[in-house]
Amino acid sequence: MEIHRFEKVWVGASVLLIVGFIATITYGAVGAGVTMVNDSGGTVDPTTLNQHPEFSDPGVRQVGEDHYAVYIVAQQFIFNPGTGTPIELPAGSTVTFYVTSSDVVHGFNVVGTNVNTMVIPGQVAKVTAEFPAEPKNYGIVCHEYCGSGHHEMAGNLRTVPPAEFSLDGASAVPDVDGRADIDGGER
Amino acid sequence: MAFADEFRTTREEAATDTAGEAAFVERYPFESRWIRYCFAVAFAALAGGGLFGVVQALHRTGIYRGLISSADYYTVLTAHGVLMVLVFTTFFIAGLFLWANTSSLDRGVPSEGVTKLWFGLMFVGTLLAATAILGGFTDLIPASADVLFTFYAPLQAHPIFYIGAALIVVGSWIAGANYFRTFFAWRKDHPDERIPLQSFMVLVTMLMWYIATLGVATEVVVFLIPWSLGFIDTVDPLLTRTLFWFFGHPVVYFWLMPAYLVWYTILPKLSGGQLFSDGLARIVFVLFLLLSTPVGFHHQYVDPGIPEGFKFVAMTNTMFLLLPSLLTAFTVVASMEHGARQRGGSGYVGWLRALPWGNPAFSGSALAGLMFAAGGFSGMINAGMNINYLIHNTLWVPGHFHLTVGTAFALTAMAISYWLVPQVTGRRLGLRSVAAVQPYTWFIGMLLMSNAMHRAGLAGVPRRTAEPYQYQGAEIVYESAFGSISGIRVQIAVGSVLLFVALLMFLAVMWDTYMNTRGGDIGVSGEIPPALSGPEHSPKVLDNLWLWTAIAVVLVVLAYGLPLSAMLQDGVLSPGSPGFPVSLGSLWPF
Repeated sequence: MEIHRFEKVWVGASVLLIVGFIATITYGAVGAGVTMVNDSGGTVDPTTLNQHPEFSDPGVRQVGEDHYAVYIVAQQFIFNPGTGTPIELPAGSTVTFYVTSSDVVHGFNVVGTNVNTMVIPGQVAKVTAEFPAEPKNYGIVCHEYCGSGHHEMAGNLRTVPPAEFSLDGASAVPDVDGRADIDGGER
Repeated sequence: MAFADEFRTTREEAATDTAGEAAFVERYPFESRWIRYCFAVAFAALAGGGLFGVVQALHRTGIYRGLISSADYYTVLTAHGVLMVLVFTTFFIAGLFLWANTSSLDRGVPSEGVTKLWFGLMFVGTLLAATAILGGFTDLIPASADVLFTFYAPLQAHPIFYIGAALIVVGSWIAGANYFRTFFAWRKDHPDERIPLQSFMVLVTMLMWYIATLGVATEVVVFLIPWSLGFIDTVDPLLTRTLFWFFGHPVVYFWLMPAYLVWYTILPKLSGGQLFSDGLARIVFVLFLLLSTPVGFHHQYVDPGIPEGFKFVAMTNTMFLLLPSLLTAFTVVASMEHGARQRGGSGYVGWLRALPWGNPAFSGSALAGLMFAAGGFSGMINAGMNINYLIHNTLWVPGHFHLTVGTAFALTAMAISYWLVPQVTGRRLGLRSVAAVQPYTWFIGMLLMSNAMHRAGLAGVPRRTAEPYQYQGAEIVYESAFGSISGIRVQIAVGSVLLFVALLMFLAVMWDTYMNTRGGDIGVSGEIPPALSGPEHSPKVLDNLWLWTAIAVVLVVLAYGLPLSAMLQDGVLSPGSPGFPVSLGSLWPF
C-alpha cells in the first residue's frame, strides 16, 4: 500500500506526540508521585454506616505527627462534616480523606485543588493531600448530580495556623514535634 | 410526515440530480421514506433538546432564571442530554447509515418489515423515555426520570425510562442487522470486490456498536429494569457505573464515526476533489473498532474501588485512540486541499480561499472538523489520568463534549442535511441564504460557549449544577486564570443563545425545503468520485471484518476481564444500594 511521504512524516509525528503524552502522565505518576484514587479505601455497607467504626462518628482524627485523617459521609445534600461547620485542619499538614456515601453517588471536590473524587455508595474514596503552610479557606462542592437539592450541597475546609489548631475531643494542642515538623519546611 | 403529502405540490417530472440522473429518492423510494422519518424524529429531538439547552444555560449562568426552578433544572438537563445524545444522534445516524449503505452498495433493504420494526422500536422507546422525563415537570404524569443521561444508580428513574432506553438500543441493533443483510446479499453478487467505502464504514461502526452496547444492555436489562420494578432490592453502584462506561466511551465514537464517514467520503467531493486515500480511511475505522471500547475506565479515573493499574492501561489505550483522529486530520485536509487546487486554488495557504465557503454543506462540515481538533486536545487533558484531577466533573467536561458531539457530530449532521435532504425528498434546498450563514452562527456561538466553559472548569466550577455561583451556607470562591468569572458567565449565555438561533435557522431551512415542490433538478448530486488512491492499493485484509471483530473482543476481555471479575467477587449485587427514586413533585410553572 502506497503512503505519501508527507503522510509518513505526519504519522511519525503523531506517534511521537502520543508517546510524549503517555510519558508526561507516567512522569506525573512515578516522578511527581500523583497517585490515583484506587481500591485501597475498601468497601462498606452503605445502609449500615451508623454501625461503622469510623463513619458512625465522622470527623478529624490525628494519625501521625502531622498527618490527619478525615472521615466524611456524603448524603443528600450535605457533607458531614463540612456543610454548616467547616472542617478545620492545621495548615501544612498531610491529610487523608476517607469519603463515602450513605445514599446516592456524590462528588467531593476541594475547589481549586486536585482533591477531587467520586463518592460511590459501597466504596470508600481514600485521598491523601498535603496542604500548604499558608492558612486558607477552601470551598468543597459536590460535583456529581445527586438529586433536586444538588446545588445546595457544599461545604468548607479551613486550614489554621498549627498553634491555633485543636482536635475536638482529643488533645487540645498538637504535640510540639508535630509543630516543629510543619515549621521545618517543605514536605 | 405523510399527512403533509396531500397539500404539497409535486411536479410531473421526476427528481433529478445536477447531472440529470434520477435522484436517490426516485431510485430508492422506500428507503428514502424511512430515512425521512428518521430525520424527522432526529430534528424534532434536536429542536426540543436545543430549547432545553438554552433554558438551562441561561439558568445556570444566572442570566435569566424566570423559566424554571432550580429543582426543575435537572429535569431540563436530563431532557437536554437524552434528546441530544440518545435520540437525535441515534435517529440521525440510522437515517444516514441507511442512505450510505443503500447508496454505496446500490442495493435496497432486503426486508421492508424489518425496517419498520427497528424504526418502531426506537420510536416507542423514545416516547416512553420522553414521557418519563417530562413527568419530572408535572404531577399529571406519574413517572419521573431526573437521573441525567448517565442515570447512575442508586438514583432511580421510573421503569419506563430504562425500558425506553433499552428499546432504542435494541432498535439500533436490528437496524444494524439490516445493513449487514443488505451487505451479505451484495456480497453474493460481488464475491471478489472490495467492500465499497461507505458501506465498510457503516459496517465497522455497527460492529463497534454491538460490542459497546453489551455493557449498557447488561446494566439496564439485568440490573436497572428488575431493580426499578422491585424484582431485586439492591444493585452495586460501582458495577453498574462500570458497565455504563464500558458503553459510555465507545458511544462517542458511534457519534463520531458517522461524522468521519461524511468527512472522508462527502467533504472531499464538496471541496471539488476526491478523497486522498481509501486505504487510510479503512485503517482509521479499523483502529476505532479495536480501540474504542477498552478505554472506558478513563471516565472513572477518580472512582474509588478500581485499582490504579487498570486506569493506567485505559490511559495508554486512550492516548493511542488519538492516532486515527490525527490520521483523519491529515487525510481530510489533504483531500480538501486537492479539491481547492482543482478549483484553481494555489499557494501554501492561499488554496483555502478557493474552497466553497458559501456552500453550507461544505462550510459546516469543515468548521465541525476544525472544532473537533480543538475538542481533541481538550480531550487529551481529560484522558491525562493525573492531570484529569484538575478538571474532573467541572464545566471543562461539557465544554469539551460540546466541541465533539455538540459540534463535530451535530454541525456535521446539520451541514450534510443541506446536501442529503434534497436527495431523500426530491426537493431543492429552501432558504439558501439562511443556510449559508447557519454553520458560521453555530461556530461562533460554540466558540464563545465552549471556550468559556473550559475556562470555568479550570477555575473549578462544577458541571451539572443549577446554581454553581451562589451556594448557601458555604463560601465557594473560584479563581479564574483566564478572564473574570462574571465574563465567563456572560459568554456562556450569549454563546448558548447564538447556538439556539443557529438551530432555529437550521429547522427553518429544513421546513422550507420540505415545503418546496417535489421533482425536477434538486440542485445537488449524490455521486461520490473515487479516491485518488483507491482500495486496490490497500491490503485486502482490511476488509476482513471478522478478524478485526475478534481482535476487538480480545482487547475488551483483556481490559475488562480482571476488573469486572474483581467487582463481582463480593457478589453481583453487593455492596448493594437500595433505590433512591427521583420524585421532585414540582409543578409545571406555566
